[in-house]
Amino acid sequence: MMHAEKGHGARQEAAAGPKAGGGPRAVAGALRKPTRRHRIQIFEDIPKRGFAVTAIVSFLVMLAFWSILSYGNMVSRVFLPTPDRVLHTFFDLLGTQAYWHHIGISVFRVSAGFALACLLAIPIGLIAGTFRFAEAFVEPPMEFIRYMPAVAFIPLIMVWAGIGEWAKILLIFIGCFFQLVLMVASDTRQVSKDLVQASFTLGASRWQAVQTVVIPAVQPRLMNTMRLMLGWAWTYLVVAELVAVNSGLGYAIMKAQRFLNTDQIFVGIIVIGLLGLFSDRIFAFLNRRFFPWV
Amino acid sequence: MTKETLAREIRMETEAAGHGAIAIRGVGKSYRTGKTEFQALGNIRLDIAANEFVTIVGPSGCGKSTLLRIVAGLEEASVGEVTVDGVAVVGPGADRGMVFQGYTLFPWLTVRQNIEYGPKLKGVPILERRAVSNRYLRITRLESFANRFPKQLSGGMKQRVAIARALANGPKVLLMDEPFGALDAQTKLEMQEALLDVWAKEKTTVLFITHDIDEAIFLSQRILVMAAGPGRMIGEYQVALPAERTPEVREHPDFLKLKRELASLLKHKEA
Ligand SMILES: Nc1ncnc2c1ncn2[C@@H]1O[C@H](COP(=O)(O)OP(=O)(O)OP(=O)(O)O)[C@@H](O)[C@H]1O
Ligand SMILES: [Mg+2]
Repeated sequence: MMHAEKGHGARQEAAAGPKAGGGPRAVAGALRKPTRRHRIQIFEDIPKRGFAVTAIVSFLVMLAFWSILSYGNMVSRVFLPTPDRVLHTFFDLLGTQAYWHHIGISVFRVSAGFALACLLAIPIGLIAGTFRFAEAFVEPPMEFIRYMPAVAFIPLIMVWAGIGEWAKILLIFIGCFFQLVLMVASDTRQVSKDLVQASFTLGASRWQAVQTVVIPAVQPRLMNTMRLMLGWAWTYLVVAELVAVNSGLGYAIMKAQRFLNTDQIFVGIIVIGLLGLFSDRIFAFLNRRFFPWV
Repeated sequence: MTKETLAREIRMETEAAGHGAIAIRGVGKSYRTGKTEFQALGNIRLDIAANEFVTIVGPSGCGKSTLLRIVAGLEEASVGEVTVDGVAVVGPGADRGMVFQGYTLFPWLTVRQNIEYGPKLKGVPILERRAVSNRYLRITRLESFANRFPKQLSGGMKQRVAIARALANGPKVLLMDEPFGALDAQTKLEMQEALLDVWAKEKTTVLFITHDIDEAIFLSQRILVMAAGPGRMIGEYQVALPAERTPEVREHPDFLKLKRELASLLKHKEA
């Protein structure tokens, strides 16, 4: 529906084009496709190529800025390594088995903590979003806990779960769970009430309405929420790996800091960024693949 | 009373109670917004016989949708009650199908799946379901769009799917809230005839809302005129036209006379 409307808007715009261009010039160039008045339109789609080029330019701007600062010796190389140095270290580190082990264990921790949070938070959020009673029961305490920084739980977690794997997973879980419940509940509340009522007039029971309307309707938004939350999970991972560990990307970053190897810190950050980007793309792909009706 | 006569009486009762007679008894509805109370519906009394086709016309905001939603069980009356075949309405159900004023198709289901939604809930086997959806796809002339998603349809097509979906569920009562408002003139005429066709075959009771006086006269056996403040009935007309409604009916002197009467009543009320 969104697309149909967009298409419609574009057609109207095109139809309005010649009139707006008006005057003798438009008559002379009657065969030429009239150009739009503005290239930058509110909410309107732009060509795929235009999007890609703009995105690449944005990366290049970042790189240029970095290059000027480091090659121009505006910042000491100890604090800001040059791009080629970081690239070099990047391939060096990825050539070692130890680094892949760090990546592996970090991915495991994020996946475990995030999956656990989703497993518990999604059903609770769905129920809280669907029934006002559940909302009243669940949301006020969650709102309260949400504002407690997950990092502040670290000492408590160490008491509860020691310093093993569970401690890391638990921190990521705590960081994601409460937010996720609230976000899923809010997603669920956005499901059109009209659709639920339509299902009732077609004979659905309350349970069937949840099954056949609320859950399918919320899925695309849910995927998006999970995608956002996964980014947070990576943040909590680094926090979790800053204390009392000897493996993982966060640990690699901490170790590099101790020896002032800023290039290695950069590599660690970039690797996490790439992993995040990768998982994000997977979610985006799944969204398009499973919800063609959006 | 012997067992046999009792059984027969029960059977007769259930048989009589199978065609969707609606009784609206003193229904009123008021909405609270903050401290003020707004009365949307006054004291509505209305009896609709089984298999009757009744249309309500009235100015915007007079409470037509509200009344329909109360009959559907989607909204609770503040006072009074509605019964269908003698059973009080306490909530929505499959016996009262509804075509909503806005678009309410399930966007994640294809046209066919939307139409089969009700039968599927009831556990109708797939082949039978296919037959039902084929039938209503044909009636609404949507066969070639069976596998499209709603977002790929025009507004009028969506509304046709919504009608097919309601009909495919075989309700006793069909509640229609301005179902043809978004259709172009030609499609609208076709859908009106198709609806009369279905109505004659399926023996459902229809309670229909429209702004279009022509449509009201062409379709119904009885027309009710509503006015606002609070929503109430201000006129009732039996449509004395042949039961078989052909397009020529629109030229019938009685048709034109009734049209003038309704128009003047509505105009008078709005002024
Ligand atoms: N949830 C609500 N809260 C407060 N007022 C409401 C609510 N729903 C409807 N109303 C009011 O009740 C009145 C009747 O509304 P209704 O939707 O039944 O009108 P209608 O006759 O169907 O109009 P239209 O022809 O424009 O669809 C309106 O004045 C409206 O503002
Ligand atoms: Mg209405």
